[in-house]
Amino acid sequence: MYGLLISIGVILLILVIWMVYRIQTLISVAKGSDKKIATTSNKVNAFLMMVFLIGCGVLMFWYSIKEFDNYQMPIASEHGIITDRLFWITMAVTGFIFILTHILLFWFSYHYQYRDDRRAAYYPDNNKLEIIWTLVPAVVLTVLVVSGWKAWSDITAPAPEEAHVVEIMGYQFAWDIRYGGMDNTLGDYDYRLTNATNSRGIDFTDKNSFDDFPSQNVVIPKGEPVLFKIRARDVLHSVFAPHMRLKMDAVPGMPTRFWFVPNKTTEEMRTELGDEEFEFEIACTEVCGNGHFSMRKVIRVVEPDEYRTWLAEQTPFIKSNPDLVADLPADLKELAEIYINEE
Amino acid sequence: MAVANVSAHDVSNHDHHDHEHKDNFITKYIFSTDHKMIAKQYLISGMFWAFIGGFLSVLFRLQLGFPDMDLSFLRPLLGGWIDASGKLDPNFYLALVTMHGTIMVFFVLTAGLSGTFSNFLIPLQIGARDMASGFMNMLSYWFFFISGVIMFASLFLEKGPAAGGWVVYPPLSALEQAIPGSGLGMTLWLIAMTFFIASSLMGGINYITTVINLRTRGMSFSRLPLTIWAFFLTAVIGLLSFPVLFSAALLLVFDRSFGTSFYLSDIYIGGEALPNTGGSAVLYQHLFWFLGHPEVYIVLLPALGITSEIIATNSRKPIFGYKAMIISMLGITILSFVVWAHHMFVSGLNPFLGSIFMFLTLIIAVPSAVKVFNYLTTLWRGNLRFTPGMLFSIGLVSFFISGGLTGIFLGNSAIDIQLHDTYFVVAHFHLVMGSASFFGMMAGVYHWFPKMFGRMMDEKLGHVHFWLTFVGVYMVFFPMHYIGIAGFPRRYYSWTNFSFSDMYTDLNMFVSVAAIVTFVAQFIFIFNFFYSMYKGRKASLNPWQSNTLEWTTPLHPGHGNWPGEIPAVYRWPYDYSKPGAREDFIQQTVPLSATPESNLPHENKLVQLEKEIMAEEGDVLVANESKES
Repeated sequence: MYGLLISIGVILLILVIWMVYRIQTLISVAKGSDKKIATTSNKVNAFLMMVFLIGCGVLMFWYSIKEFDNYQMPIASEHGIITDRLFWITMAVTGFIFILTHILLFWFSYHYQYRDDRRAAYYPDNNKLEIIWTLVPAVVLTVLVVSGWKAWSDITAPAPEEAHVVEIMGYQFAWDIRYGGMDNTLGDYDYRLTNATNSRGIDFTDKNSFDDFPSQNVVIPKGEPVLFKIRARDVLHSVFAPHMRLKMDAVPGMPTRFWFVPNKTTEEMRTELGDEEFEFEIACTEVCGNGHFSMRKVIRVVEPDEYRTWLAEQTPFIKSNPDLVADLPADLKELAEIYINEE
Repeated sequence: MAVANVSAHDVSNHDHHDHEHKDNFITKYIFSTDHKMIAKQYLISGMFWAFIGGFLSVLFRLQLGFPDMDLSFLRPLLGGWIDASGKLDPNFYLALVTMHGTIMVFFVLTAGLSGTFSNFLIPLQIGARDMASGFMNMLSYWFFFISGVIMFASLFLEKGPAAGGWVVYPPLSALEQAIPGSGLGMTLWLIAMTFFIASSLMGGINYITTVINLRTRGMSFSRLPLTIWAFFLTAVIGLLSFPVLFSAALLLVFDRSFGTSFYLSDIYIGGEALPNTGGSAVLYQHLFWFLGHPEVYIVLLPALGITSEIIATNSRKPIFGYKAMIISMLGITILSFVVWAHHMFVSGLNPFLGSIFMFLTLIIAVPSAVKVFNYLTTLWRGNLRFTPGMLFSIGLVSFFISGGLTGIFLGNSAIDIQLHDTYFVVAHFHLVMGSASFFGMMAGVYHWFPKMFGRMMDEKLGHVHFWLTFVGVYMVFFPMHYIGIAGFPRRYYSWTNFSFSDMYTDLNMFVSVAAIVTFVAQFIFIFNFFYSMYKGRKASLNPWQSNTLEWTTPLHPGHGNWPGEIPAVYRWPYDYSKPGAREDFIQQTVPLSATPESNLPHENKLVQLEKEIMAEEGDVLVANESKES
């Protein structure tokens, strides 16, 4: 009902304003002042330009400072520190230009409002000025681009050999997690093998898949490189881990990847924020259907030791469901049995 | 200014005009081939679509700002899309954002803006009787109309209109199993867009041909108003990029209906593995953004052109750096084709390709910056008249700066990792492309209304409309930067599932209220527009004391625009406040030889040449007349 009430209120307000203006117009026609250019309304508009500049400027500074801790999200990855620094450097540069150009825009509008006794300057061009304000932005942008490019190259460089591999598969409307087991190598998959018991389409004729195991959450060690191998089963999704400053689309038919080094454990973050409930989260940022807004997955960042303990405790797919390897050829099956019977 | 109005014949001459012929209602208002009527058709259609598009945004802003609100009162309108507990259906929410985007980008800011002002101003400002092909121009409008009817019909489908975002990325848009909107809704979307593309191509060919071939005597490219330069380059961009969207759409049609695998690969959905392999979803994104990015400039350049003209006129000053403005627009035109993949930094694109596109993208910021500085210098030491058109133009410059600067963040691929598909992007493009272009369109309507309808719009209502809209737009989109930096993803029905985004309910509520107020404020304009059309004060021939050719036509220009000879052009369009001149403007039709008091040194040299040409032309005219009689 709020919307409707507000609308009605606004409409009434507009009607009142309009009547006042009609009356004013009629009066000005009667007085013959409608031919004037330097009218009161010209002055009012010029004045409002300054009001807008100062009013909105104050509002912007006040809100930006007051809310800083709210919108500035804590960083939990090493590259995130770099990209955030770039962000704030860019903010400083563009913020300066933003404020400068707006002061000029509204100040000129106010200061050079129409006066009958003045004539505008005939000032059609000045090549020197044009060159200056072509070169200066070009140089500033080059600096920004080059620093961004360096960061981008580092972030997208191939993952280190020892990176812990985690497979994240998006589907409508959740993420499935798979680890490569003790050998840190994921088994092959083929989407045609997908069924109710094998939601990831893992190909169990590949020996590497024998020790692969699922996980409810993404569990990763602090301070060691982690490689997300990202894929999608049905439509596009996008893995977004805001605290890690990480985002990569999940594309059916085209595996993607993103590696990073988490630098804060969940526990550390909880202490830092004073929030016992805090979790690192993954969200989906590529529209994928009606459950797009609910694809939540928790990332648990732990100390390396704790990670290794956790890793050793996990149960491979084939151990929790030996039927998965029931149809394998004899030699492979024998090998699989070893994994299944392992304590 | 008696000399200036060489062509302002009195009305009695009008009847003897060669091109005058009787129109009936259908040929005059419906299947008209007159560029002015087609422009008005585009304008009215654009306004209709802006209303629909704006209304859809109010609906989803209600959901985002007031997630707990009981929306049952919308059930008479939305029916089953409001569920039993008064909540908006999440599928329909996606359909709303999709249709809002499609309608605003294509139907309002492409057809409504270019269609209106390219059609209206090109012949009038270059001194032509009409478009190169009046018939094709009419066809262009009616293709757009059909496209609109189909798109409008899709809003009422049982399963809803297309809902995969305005970019309609496959596989979501290709598979009905994935989302209901990808059924018939998506089919109609594709058909509508096909008609739309055909319409823009026909329009574009016309604009280009007309500007190249039908300029009046003396109207060299270096004397074209910047509006015409902008429309011309816009048409070039459209002509080169829209066919690529068509191919993207065509391949999508094949994938959807004929079992091909251009975009589809390795998909398991609805409990079955689809047979498609080998396709690439990223291919679609490349094709789409090859139009999609130039499209930004298709909607923006005309607005910038209109603004250049209006700011110069109302500052009573020549536009600063006329040549630099043209060079920047040329630069933007070319660069707009080589930056498309900056929409795809995290799509799985090769990171090396990402770096290339980052460099190219940030280059395009340079000509944009030049334009801004030129606007500011034009205002500097001007004598500003705050007509509504001028106010909206100043508003445009402000949005262009605000939204343009955030583009520097997003064009930097390292920073884009975090910001991509968050509300920061929403804030960015709504300011730089949406609101800036919308303001350009508004400025144009206020400025050329007297030429379109022979009456003035109410100026004070215009001022109120401007201030409510200007403040409103900032109140809607500025807070979105904070929401975006905080990581809120786009196209989310609700943010409460995540602890990082389970906040800012107050800010979202504020944005929604601002959006509703801004939307309602547009009714001031609608009222002003239709009221002034019939009851507005009669306009004078040149109400803004402007230099360009359209103000030398009669108050209600007939078919053919000028009774008698088309006026010749002797100077550039920006001779405002020229030192020595008595008035603060000299129209393009005034020969240099008539203004010895204000000519610049190099212009004095041209006077002799001009006289020779006039003498020659005089001979030709005499010869022609004696031949006819």
